[in-house]
Amino acid sequence: MERVLTQNIRPSEEPLTLLEYEQCGGYQGLRKALWSSPEEIQQMVTEAGLLGRGGAGFPTGRKWGSVPMGDRARHPKYFVVNADEMEPGAMKDRLLLEGDPHQLIEGIIISSYAIEASQAYIFLRWEYQLAARRLISALSQAYHNNRLGANILGSPYSLDIHLHQSGGRYMCGEAEALLSALEGRRAVPRSKPPYPTVCGLWGKPTVVNNVETVCNVPHIVKHGPEWFRSLSHTDEGGTKIYGASGRVRQPGLWELPMGTTIREVLEEHAGGMHNGHALKALLPGGGSTAFVLPEQLDTRMDFASMEAIGSRLGTGTMTVMDERTCPVGLVWGLEQFFARESCGWCTPCREGLPWVARTLEALETGDGRPGDLETLEHHVRWVRMGNTFCALAPGAMMPLESALRHFRSEFEDHVAAGGCPRR
Amino acid sequence: MLTDRERQRIEAETRLYPHPRAAVPEALKIVQDHRGWVPDEAVKEIAELLGLSPTTVDSTATFYNMILRERAGRHIIFICDNVSCWVTGYEVLRDHLCRRLDIALGETTADGRFTLLPAACLGECDRAPAMMIDGEIYGNLTPERIDEVLAQYD
Amino acid sequence: MPTIYVDGRPHEVPEEGRNLLDACLSLGFDIPYFCWHPAMHSAGACRQCAIKVFATADDSRGRIVMACMTPVTDGVRLSIDDPEAVAFRASVIEWLMVGHPHDCPVCDEGGECHLQDMTVMTGHAYRRHRFPKRTHRNQDLGPLVNHEMNRCIQCYRCVRFYQELAGGRDLDVLGWHDHVYFGRHEDGVLESPFAGNLTEVCPTGVFTDKTLKPHYTRPWDLQTSPSVCVHCGLGCNTLPGERYGVLRRIRNRFNAHVNGFFLCDRGRYGHQFVNREDRLREPLLREANGRVRPASPEEALERLRFILRTGAAVGIGSPRASMETNFALRELVGADAFHDGLSQRDHELMATIRTVLLQGPGRSASVQDVARADAVLILGEDVQNTAPLLALALRQAVFQQALGIAQRLNIHKYLDSAVREAIQQDTGPLFIATPDETPIDDAATATYRRAPDDIARLGLAVAHRLDPEASAPELLDPSTDRLAQEIAEALRTAERPLVVCGHGCGSTAVIEAATNVVCALEAAGKAGSLSCSVPECNSMGLALMDGRGLAAAEQALRSGRASVLIVAENDLFRRMGAEAAEALLARAEHVIVLDSLPTRTTERASVVLPAATFAECSGTLVNAEGRGQRFIQTFVPEGQVQASWRWLGRMLAARDGLGAPPWANLDEILGALAGELPVCGGIRNLAPPASYRLHGQRVPRRSHRFSGQTAIHAHEDVREPDPPDDPDSPMSFSMEGYHGQPPSPLIARFRAPGWNSVQSVTKFSRGVAGPLQGGDPGRRLIEPEREHSLCYAAAVPPFEPQPGRWLAVPAHHVFGSEELSAGSPSVAALAPPPSLGVSPADAETMQLEEGQELGLSLEREVRSLPVRLRPQLPRGVVTVPVGLPGLEGLDLPAWVTLIVPGLPHRGPRSRHADA
Ligand SMILES: Cc1cc2nc3c(=O)[nH]c(=O)nc-3n(C[C@H](O)[C@H](O)[C@H](O)COP(=O)(O)O)c2cc1C
Ligand code: SF4
Ligand code: FES
Repeated sequence: MERVLTQNIRPSEEPLTLLEYEQCGGYQGLRKALWSSPEEIQQMVTEAGLLGRGGAGFPTGRKWGSVPMGDRARHPKYFVVNADEMEPGAMKDRLLLEGDPHQLIEGIIISSYAIEASQAYIFLRWEYQLAARRLISALSQAYHNNRLGANILGSPYSLDIHLHQSGGRYMCGEAEALLSALEGRRAVPRSKPPYPTVCGLWGKPTVVNNVETVCNVPHIVKHGPEWFRSLSHTDEGGTKIYGASGRVRQPGLWELPMGTTIREVLEEHAGGMHNGHALKALLPGGGSTAFVLPEQLDTRMDFASMEAIGSRLGTGTMTVMDERTCPVGLVWGLEQFFARESCGWCTPCREGLPWVARTLEALETGDGRPGDLETLEHHVRWVRMGNTFCALAPGAMMPLESALRHFRSEFEDHVAAGGCPRR
Repeated sequence: MLTDRERQRIEAETRLYPHPRAAVPEALKIVQDHRGWVPDEAVKEIAELLGLSPTTVDSTATFYNMILRERAGRHIIFICDNVSCWVTGYEVLRDHLCRRLDIALGETTADGRFTLLPAACLGECDRAPAMMIDGEIYGNLTPERIDEVLAQYD
Repeated sequence: MPTIYVDGRPHEVPEEGRNLLDACLSLGFDIPYFCWHPAMHSAGACRQCAIKVFATADDSRGRIVMACMTPVTDGVRLSIDDPEAVAFRASVIEWLMVGHPHDCPVCDEGGECHLQDMTVMTGHAYRRHRFPKRTHRNQDLGPLVNHEMNRCIQCYRCVRFYQELAGGRDLDVLGWHDHVYFGRHEDGVLESPFAGNLTEVCPTGVFTDKTLKPHYTRPWDLQTSPSVCVHCGLGCNTLPGERYGVLRRIRNRFNAHVNGFFLCDRGRYGHQFVNREDRLREPLLREANGRVRPASPEEALERLRFILRTGAAVGIGSPRASMETNFALRELVGADAFHDGLSQRDHELMATIRTVLLQGPGRSASVQDVARADAVLILGEDVQNTAPLLALALRQAVFQQALGIAQRLNIHKYLDSAVREAIQQDTGPLFIATPDETPIDDAATATYRRAPDDIARLGLAVAHRLDPEASAPELLDPSTDRLAQEIAEALRTAERPLVVCGHGCGSTAVIEAATNVVCALEAAGKAGSLSCSVPECNSMGLALMDGRGLAAAEQALRSGRASVLIVAENDLFRRMGAEAAEALLARAEHVIVLDSLPTRTTERASVVLPAATFAECSGTLVNAEGRGQRFIQTFVPEGQVQASWRWLGRMLAARDGLGAPPWANLDEILGALAGELPVCGGIRNLAPPASYRLHGQRVPRRSHRFSGQTAIHAHEDVREPDPPDDPDSPMSFSMEGYHGQPPSPLIARFRAPGWNSVQSVTKFSRGVAGPLQGGDPGRRLIEPEREHSLCYAAAVPPFEPQPGRWLAVPAHHVFGSEELSAGSPSVAALAPPPSLGVSPADAETMQLEEGQELGLSLEREVRSLPVRLRPQLPRGVVTVPVGLPGLEGLDLPAWVTLIVPGLPHRGPRSRHADA
């Protein structure tokens, strides 16, 4: 099994320096890229079938392709890396950021080149302090070695990368809100259309990509789209960093072919359930994905397959519950988080999520009443994509909706028993 | 008054962006770095330095959760209250912390040593439950481990 | 014209690319909404305007979209009544009400609350949310606007209006999630002089009129009538509201050509002078011993008959009096003895403006024209302080060209934040040339800070760059020339170029230079328009009457040609120095003054007649654009207060022994006026005549919900007295009458079935934000004659700073500079303390510090003023605030000397010479 993104990552060791990274074949993709035209790189990434790893699975090539190029474009153009990773249960970008910063930098340069951006920003969540230190050091090496700045590697292409450390908000991860945050405003999303590729940061064409997405780019350029597709079990190209946490024996992260089954991740890599407890359900890719039940474990973890079973791949990092976990309590915790992180712009999210959270709190702490389940269902029904301004609130409804679907009787028990029977 | 050092750092930051407003989050963090929180006065001074109104700066400042607009303790504890930590025992740890420090979430200890705040998922799920003190992450927490960690901070 | 299908039926809408909410409201459908506003477009925040759209005719599922965020496309199928859309909208209002305190019974907004209307429309009646509501601490935002955050439904309209339309920076959204808070970083007076609009922009009771609170009245218990603001020359349309003889408040009256949806705070809050304790309510007679006593109208008129027969009279009219009053005075004293009551300088400025606008080629711009201009040059005028609403319009104008950027990116015009994001700083062009900084400099492409003469020279230079025939000013410095070139280019390439000037910096040279620019544009094949701000509500109307200047009045009295002086609604002490005013008054044997408040002029009068304010009579004002506008009496005042023109008519009848005044009512005097002054021909048709009836009925001033019988007069009489008759308009002083939509000049309130708030304006206009049905009220009385001859103004020499002397130029203040509003407590409270603006360079030479007291010597008087450093002021120029207490009647600009106290022997002259 080929490890691509994590080939240079050695747990609990300092990441490779620029020199070491080059010795391991790094910056080869960049050299190749600078000899190609931006359009050719876009073409390669499109053919590779790279889907955005930020959670939505949008085809990266298509996103890049919608950026106005050449004389048609307004300048400067921007490339932004979404390193906000605040999705509950997600931890994969941190691995890449801390483990191999040069891989990310190389990816940024190539991606920026592919859309003719002259300025790139890494939007990093504040809590990733170690990642920040390592990135700063790697960036400075890159500048000193002409991988960044003017005329990169002697080519006509110039690029600056700035590291922006967020002020902290889950909302900042939403691509358009991230742009507002980068501009120093409140992280409130923007209307779409216009898409950021046309009117983004400071009104200029901007591409936002996830860390993992960007890290794939040097390898695609270096080895070609065919190779990249061949890494995957399905027709969504490449490998994927999967993870597991919660009630599993060995929590962790593993780079595996895209489309590896849930069962394989859970049983082979995470070592199965903790102390022989039984799997009750799992959130496959973060807090805003729907619960997956034990009978669905043979589903392949790619965007299409997960969608087919009514959930989402999300970040691909699963959170696992056993029979001791109360779904009401767990969802309460999640909804509290989402309610807290709402930007406050649109009504269903700003007012609906706290209502949901309080209702769940009431159920869990013994104040549940008949009608509470209807209140929750009401929100599940109406806080939907299109009804809200962005995807935060609809995402927040996924665990609630699926919990109500799968564990309705437990919710009812909470009302009847006057609180959580497990407390 | 902003110190020269704060001023220099903020001015350096403004050069990284085409518009001064973009430097606001960093300017706030710089002040917080030096003083532990962002007092009203600093909001006004940052505004003046960047050519913005204090209300504009505060609008940004009050949005982000790492910007503390109230006086905080010497050390900030962020305890992760998210799924993986929740599943692995967050509530027990939180109660332990609150009891040990004799404060509720969002409060500062009487001796001004610690402020306890909830945090979004710290990306430490594989070592859940986790918390962060002054930028340092601690995973695989138990009540005993918490006691050990707290002892390291004066 | 695209067709849209609403619940199955086809409707034609005017253009593609607008949003469906706008289109549906324009078609008369009801869709609830909050964050959208006709002047602010779409934000997509509230999610209240949800409807269904269907992909094809066969699509029966459809999908929910926000009407305000969805463009009109030809053939689009939508449903407002779709059960899912209806249910979602009900859910949205339920969410919005989660934190709302439901305090309607004690809320000032009750009865005209958009939130109430939408809640009823959407059908949310039962509260399911059973948890505690959030609460907020309110802020003290100053004397004008009250803050009650608990009522907030987070529609974001307030901050969008305040920042994006009004350019304010001290109101924003704070906090996050369901704790977002709309306020300032700390308590304090809202800085924008447009803050009062928050009370109408806010769909509920968060921002309400603080001045209404002490005498609060339910909106339906207010007697209202269409009126016109009297606090500057723009003539914004207003809706005053009265109860029990007290004028309670002013609200905006929509007029697409003039003020649109907004007023400035001087206009909204300036009205309180009407209620002042010291209002003149009875005629006053001065006895031989000098004492003044009240008298009955009959006795006063008897005395007046006697006085008027003792000798000829000169009349002094007023730019703050109506056309009717000025005309009545002119009729009483004769055209030759009619004076406009302006200082000599103002008289000349107004004569210049009048000539410029009547001759052309520049057509006078309406406020709406200003908002649509796509390249603007301001010469000399600090518009936000002299004609405030023009500043709002200019903030829109700077987006006109920039909208092209958004268009090229295929961003719909209504996607407000996206448009702004795309445009960023690429706004304009707007060039501002003024002596000192102005509050709209932040929107300017470039600013130019010079003395008035140099500003005129810039104008001449621009004209020369546009048309080489226009002579270039001599000795022009290269940087000014480059700027002139840039401005000329911007104006030449614009579609709707505009030049703004006015009385503000007191220079005819500047106005002539502005005209030069428009002439040169004309020569270059571009029709430019001209906006000349004028100081008072009827400055322009008075100018059309061709009265003489005050010097002529002085001359007539001095020569003995006249011995009686009649002053109508004018305080001469605000027009000239106190000494000159005293001298003028002293020359008259008898001084007769009509006014509504005591002034230094009424104090010198032998007879004072109590004049009605704008709220107490009907009449006509002509605004800066030359638009005649009718204001209709709001209520019948107490005492013997009457419209000045009525008093003057009675005086005429008394003097000439007529049985009755020559004009019984407004229509009659307007008929006479139109006959006498052809330029005012259109003045009679500004509103329907008093005889007009709608379905046989009058138009009521009170709403059909008026509480009616009350006990307030029960100690005198338990019967409701008969409502007074109104001879001047077709409106009734009661709730009796026709309650449907009247002709636009008679709209006394905006309310439609289900729409009790001001948002109902859309039910009165043709299309959202379009003109009122039947046309906006008022009409232009002047048009430039087309067969003008280009006449370029003469050269102006450059300004030279002079040793030991400074050119004092006027500084206008939105609060404090205008006479009537300065008589209102809340406006007076916001007037700045008097100060002397000095450039840093001059301050340094003179070793002056901020706040230091300095003697200003002008017209043989020395006034002591604290120094205020004005960083942008040019050397050799100082600013003196206009009209503030102690500074009335200064004739500016003027050369002054400055006296540094404590340096009696080393005055500024020698210090400067040393330096
Ligand atoms: C509430 C919310 C939070 C998000 N947080 C993140 C995040 O932390 N990191 C990320 O890469 N994408 C996040 N996304 C997804 C981004 O909006 C966006 O789709 C992604 O950054 C695009 O990158 P990709 O195409 O490479 O996946 C979030 C989306 C939402 C709605
Ligand atoms: S769903 Fe609405 S309130 Fe929630 S985060 Fe998105 S825009 Fe903000
Ligand atoms: S009016 Fe359409 S979302 Fe608010």
